[in-house]
Amino acid sequence: MSDSPTQPGASGVAAPAPASAGFFRSWSVHVQGWLLLLPAAVLLVTFTHFPVVATLYHSFLSNPRPSRAAVWVGLDNYRAMVEDPVFWQVLGNNMWFAAGTIPASIALALLMAVWVNGRIAGRSLLRLAFFTPTVLPMIAVANIWLFFYTPGYGLLEQVTGLLGLPSHNWLGSRETALGCLMVVTVWKEAGFFMIFYLAALQSLSPQLGEAAALMGAGRWYFFRRVTFPLLMPTTLFVLVNAVINSFRLVDHIVVMTKGGPDNATALLLYYIYDVGFKFWDQAYAAALTLVLLVILAAVALGQFLLLDRRVHYQ
Amino acid sequence: MSRALETVGAWLLGVLWALPLAYAVWTAFHPAEYSTRFVPGAPLTLENFAKAWAAAPFARYFVNTTLLVAMILAVQLVLCTLAAYAFARFAFAGRAVAFLLVLVQLMIMPDVLIVENYRTMSRLGILDTLWAIGLPYMASAFGIFLLRQTFKTVPKELDEAARVEGAGALETLWRVYVPLARPVYIAYGLVSVSYHWNNFLWPLIVTNSVQSRPLTVGLQVFSSVDQGVDWSIITAATLMTSGPLLVAFLLFQRQFVQSFMRAGIR
Repeated sequence: MSDSPTQPGASGVAAPAPASAGFFRSWSVHVQGWLLLLPAAVLLVTFTHFPVVATLYHSFLSNPRPSRAAVWVGLDNYRAMVEDPVFWQVLGNNMWFAAGTIPASIALALLMAVWVNGRIAGRSLLRLAFFTPTVLPMIAVANIWLFFYTPGYGLLEQVTGLLGLPSHNWLGSRETALGCLMVVTVWKEAGFFMIFYLAALQSLSPQLGEAAALMGAGRWYFFRRVTFPLLMPTTLFVLVNAVINSFRLVDHIVVMTKGGPDNATALLLYYIYDVGFKFWDQAYAAALTLVLLVILAAVALGQFLLLDRRVHYQ
Repeated sequence: MSRALETVGAWLLGVLWALPLAYAVWTAFHPAEYSTRFVPGAPLTLENFAKAWAAAPFARYFVNTTLLVAMILAVQLVLCTLAAYAFARFAFAGRAVAFLLVLVQLMIMPDVLIVENYRTMSRLGILDTLWAIGLPYMASAFGIFLLRQTFKTVPKELDEAARVEGAGALETLWRVYVPLARPVYIAYGLVSVSYHWNNFLWPLIVTNSVQSRPLTVGLQVFSSVDQGVDWSIITAATLMTSGPLLVAFLLFQRQFVQSFMRAGIR
């Protein structure tokens, strides 16, 4: 500013020229804007953007040893990943987990929302029952379900015992363990997603339904042709959240199975935790994290493209 | 006919959904020998809670979680308000790019960056502190986004009126924008508190002492170390740790549901 051509002190003119006032104002907008953003930006860069870049960098390094620092190993960590059967198993588990939990929790959420939004008897009590799992910690919920699944005297065993079915170690056998975790996840998430559908349903005009009833449209037909298409933006929002959650929520695995038996229930983030903080192989954990980041970026891109194509007809 | 069938279906699902919690409540409030025997008139007891409370430093865990949640929310509110105001009302250079960079955190949450964030915390020398648990979450993209949307709906005339009276940027923010966004602050606060009260994996990684462990990690340590402890006590501890949030939810159910709704509409 010192070499500004209109220095009021030097020229003896008190009033600054309008052009310079405009310049000063827009300059102050930039400074104020960035100053307001600065505290949040520093934390975001430190704990989101920098770690993403650092993950990429560290995935090309070896683990440091007491005798020597980490060295550049190029694609070695990725080569090890491709040859690691557990990695492929974990990735497969996560795909099954996503394919199993996402459609089920979305469908149930929609069903719950339609019920709770309608004139069903005791709907506030129902809403309470559906939504309560959402406010409970996953870790606490997992403890309860662990007891539920316990072989011998858990509630599930008691019910199957009454029906005369043979005893089964639900969490201890490879065939059923992942399914058991999926049930817990659906139970926990459906009520959460219900809320978003409920909000969307309440914002729909009731006249739509009245008009359809006048024209003799059945409830199922009305739902299929009117309500469901109008709920499309909500479905997309819920879908993206469900996909992210299926790669983010692993608390119940820590409590219920620790990834076992034979890695049958290990999901990608849980495997990263195992590799990074139990075997302390942080270089490999960085490479695994990068895979997770690529998946999440693909989800973001998918959402962007879907949003672009206009998902609802209004 | 189909209506009646639907009501039955809805109630069946409702009972199914309430069952695990009802089961936990039964087990926690009855002596161990009744934990899987559902006889009406079984004696009620609070002994499981007393035993759990005595068996682990839950009082300390409660203090830690309360401090953690309050700390995170306080910083989040300040940082998100300032950043949201910048995005909503200041046409600064690079605003669009900066906003996109903020939104990255909606997809890539701190929850998945555990390896690198652990490295950072260790370099900062704050491992095993409440700050290490909270810092990655304090600049919340979700909060910034939510408040920006709200601030954008504030009429520009109100802003200008305050400016004419001589208020600076921060004073205008405080006197005009913040009061108008109150419901959004409440919504965000409830969502944030319940998220961080329940958060587990990251606190598990960065803490290793009673001094910094939140309730969720404390509960896990308690229920996994003491394999001999019977289920009644573990269940009591489980209900205890989720208790305050559960009670708050039951009391302010409407606000909770509306908050989650409001936070989701974007």
